[in-house]
Amino acid sequence: MATTFTLRLFRGDAKGGTFRDYPVESEEGMVVLDLVHRVQASQAPDLACRWNCKAGKCGSCSAEVNGQPRLMCMTRMDLFQPGETISIAPIRTFPIIRDLVTDVSYNYVKAKQVPPLRLKPPEADGTYRMMQEDIDRIQEFHKCIECFLCQDVCHVIRDHEEKKTSFAGPRFFIKIAGLDMHPLDTVDRSRFMKDAAGIGLCNITKCCTEVCPEHIHITDNGIIPLKERLADEMDPVVWLLRKFRGVKPKTNA
Amino acid sequence: MATTSHETHEHDVIVIGAGGAGLRAAIEAAAQGASVGLICKSLLGKAHTVMAEGGIAAALGNVWPEDNWQVHFRDTMRGGKMLNNWRMAQLHAQEAPDRVLELERWGALFDRTKDGRILQRDFGGHRYARLAHVGDRTGLEMIRTLQYHGIHQGIDVYMECNVQRLLKDGDRVCGAVGYWRKDGEIVVFKSKAVVLATGGIGKAWKVTSNSWEYTGDGHSLALWAGADLIDMEFVQFHPTHMVWPLSVAGLLVTEGVRGDGGTLKNNKGERFMFNYIPEFFKAETADNIEEADRWYTDKKNNRRTPDLLPRDEVARAITAEVKAGRGSPHGGVFLDICTRRPADYIRKRLPSMYHQFKELAGVDITREPMEVGPAQHYVMGGVRVDADSTASTVPGLFAAGECAGGMHGANRLGGNSLSDLVVFGRRAGLHAALYAKNFGGQLAVDRGQVESAARDLLEPLERSGSENPYTIQADLQQSMHTLVGIIRNEADLKQALAKLEVLKERAKKVRVEGGRTYNPGWHTALDLKSLLTVAECSAVAALERKESRGGHTRDDHPYTDDQWGKVNVVLRLRNGALQVSREPLPEMPEDLKALFKERQ
Repeated sequence: MATTFTLRLFRGDAKGGTFRDYPVESEEGMVVLDLVHRVQASQAPDLACRWNCKAGKCGSCSAEVNGQPRLMCMTRMDLFQPGETISIAPIRTFPIIRDLVTDVSYNYVKAKQVPPLRLKPPEADGTYRMMQEDIDRIQEFHKCIECFLCQDVCHVIRDHEEKKTSFAGPRFFIKIAGLDMHPLDTVDRSRFMKDAAGIGLCNITKCCTEVCPEHIHITDNGIIPLKERLADEMDPVVWLLRKFRGVKPKTNA
Repeated sequence: MATTSHETHEHDVIVIGAGGAGLRAAIEAAAQGASVGLICKSLLGKAHTVMAEGGIAAALGNVWPEDNWQVHFRDTMRGGKMLNNWRMAQLHAQEAPDRVLELERWGALFDRTKDGRILQRDFGGHRYARLAHVGDRTGLEMIRTLQYHGIHQGIDVYMECNVQRLLKDGDRVCGAVGYWRKDGEIVVFKSKAVVLATGGIGKAWKVTSNSWEYTGDGHSLALWAGADLIDMEFVQFHPTHMVWPLSVAGLLVTEGVRGDGGTLKNNKGERFMFNYIPEFFKAETADNIEEADRWYTDKKNNRRTPDLLPRDEVARAITAEVKAGRGSPHGGVFLDICTRRPADYIRKRLPSMYHQFKELAGVDITREPMEVGPAQHYVMGGVRVDADSTASTVPGLFAAGECAGGMHGANRLGGNSLSDLVVFGRRAGLHAALYAKNFGGQLAVDRGQVESAARDLLEPLERSGSENPYTIQADLQQSMHTLVGIIRNEADLKQALAKLEVLKERAKKVRVEGGRTYNPGWHTALDLKSLLTVAECSAVAALERKESRGGHTRDDHPYTDDQWGKVNVVLRLRNGALQVSREPLPEMPEDLKALFKERQ
């Protein structure tokens, strides 16, 4: 049942490189990452590629397969026509290290900037109560496997290196949303969201949502509510109303 | 040879491995005021903990108030066929609830009970529903929580950095040598204490749920540094993994499927687990379908379903069914939840399972049964440690998580791994920091040791030879699969050891193409050394233990032998040779022994 495909793999580093073709056999049920491993084992042992779980859970094997940002481990070969040539390139938004591996340290820098959770005091017994319906939404954000495909396709940074300093990207918008909507959190991240994370730069084209392998509604459930809240924060009427109702504002990050 | 250009980093404590145990250790050591370096082979947050599905075991008593640490302790010891280090099992059961609540304080969002507390689910070998969980992606929640808490604690993280050798100053460890995957440059860590948290050894087997990282690094680093390993014969073959398509064989199917009502069936549609209830668990296991099904909702008046016997029992039963010709088309058995629970419930409780079968096998688990079979999943054996401090037998060297031995005895219960990581990760960080604090003298890094490690590192790039590292790895995996699998015997084990000798020789002739920049061929070649070491340890220990117990089954010694129940098989390296000995287990105090005399 073996079918032969040609993998057109980017080989190169920061200095430059080129696509090279590797004929490789695929068997029933295989995914792109299986074929990349076959190339490594038999034709190009030094082919650089990141992977860990091969189960769509660790988010390491992101690449652009025929121009589409995808997890190689979750891309089945039966998506392609037998004999097809399949191009695989590193994700473009981040600097290349070698072959399919890029330097994603931008994401780790941004991660550290997000003001962390600070919880309310617990109940008398020292534990917390949270209702399932109050955390359903945040649990959706927690499904994120940090594959950074959403960061890869984000227009704000994909072709604008200079924006990276002032923009956190969709992955961190849902991180912020997860913290912000946590029923027990006490931190106000509005200023951070607006200034350091640059959420205003996002023009909700939903490209991030489209590529998310976990099917997280990044734009609708994360970014838009954050933008709305930010708009409310800046609205004097809402501010007065809150004052009137006696809602205690969150402390600033 | 000019190999010594390298960078050096100095810390009070270095932690090798950044899964649950490593992250928790680093957080604790930092909290004690130590300067901490956390070193990981992959990017932060990608460690194998991410793959854990079903939950973290802790006697919170949220669902069953009857639950408490004594019951958890007893379940753990019985699951481990009484070979566990009792003190580790006790500390684990006592401290797990605090560690779970701590994760919640750090941002983990576990599924909730109706009154807003942490929900707990049933799992194999646990008397009560005990596993705090987030659907079937608990490991992801745990690692993300620890990761995002950890990055604000002043810990230096060294990502994609692979440690190859520990450095010694006299008897004690004083650091480590490794390389950066990114550019192949050599890096030296100088530290007063070292915590090993490198996980398991699964990549020595062909069909495993483990990722490429699980090459037994910590086990090997410890052994080479003079530490003892125990229980290396006990390897867990988790009963349920995908068996088809072949490319995903070994992908884990959580025990939570059975915890949530799924049952195992053979090709005749029989719930065969009722035929495999061992004497040891007879009193607490339902022997008929009606009682087993009632047990899910009424634990007081019914005994547990045999579908949730400990993993070693279920794995053996599946193997026997397949061997008897009652298996599924692709050589497994059927796991059915679709006829037992509504589709919405399945999608809510088991979203990853739904997703993974749908996307990788084209199977809708809300409509069809899954095909599952056993695969290598976990190693119970590891570095011999002091229960309270996690100190190994080498001063300054600590170990926690899967690479430490003793906690799980001959077989680990599901859910006890995530709790092990945080309970003993914390203890390792604490005691490593205290050790560093009390360390009076000056550390001296011996240039010769660094040079020698550096030479070993660069050899595969420079030597003449024709062996391909991937081929050797595949041959090793095949040998271990056929000769050191679920069912072992003396002839097979001896043959495995002979094959390992050949593979060791071949590994010396590995030559890799390309340079030092992110070169997986080179990395695979370097990992062979630890992989071959742990494979040998496992085979040697398996040959030594002439009985069947937990994750070690010998068809030439099919019975459990009380005499063997009193000893650990201990391995240590002396003058370059692997020594094997049988050493007595620590004696359990009377008050704990009494817990086993009560009827269930």
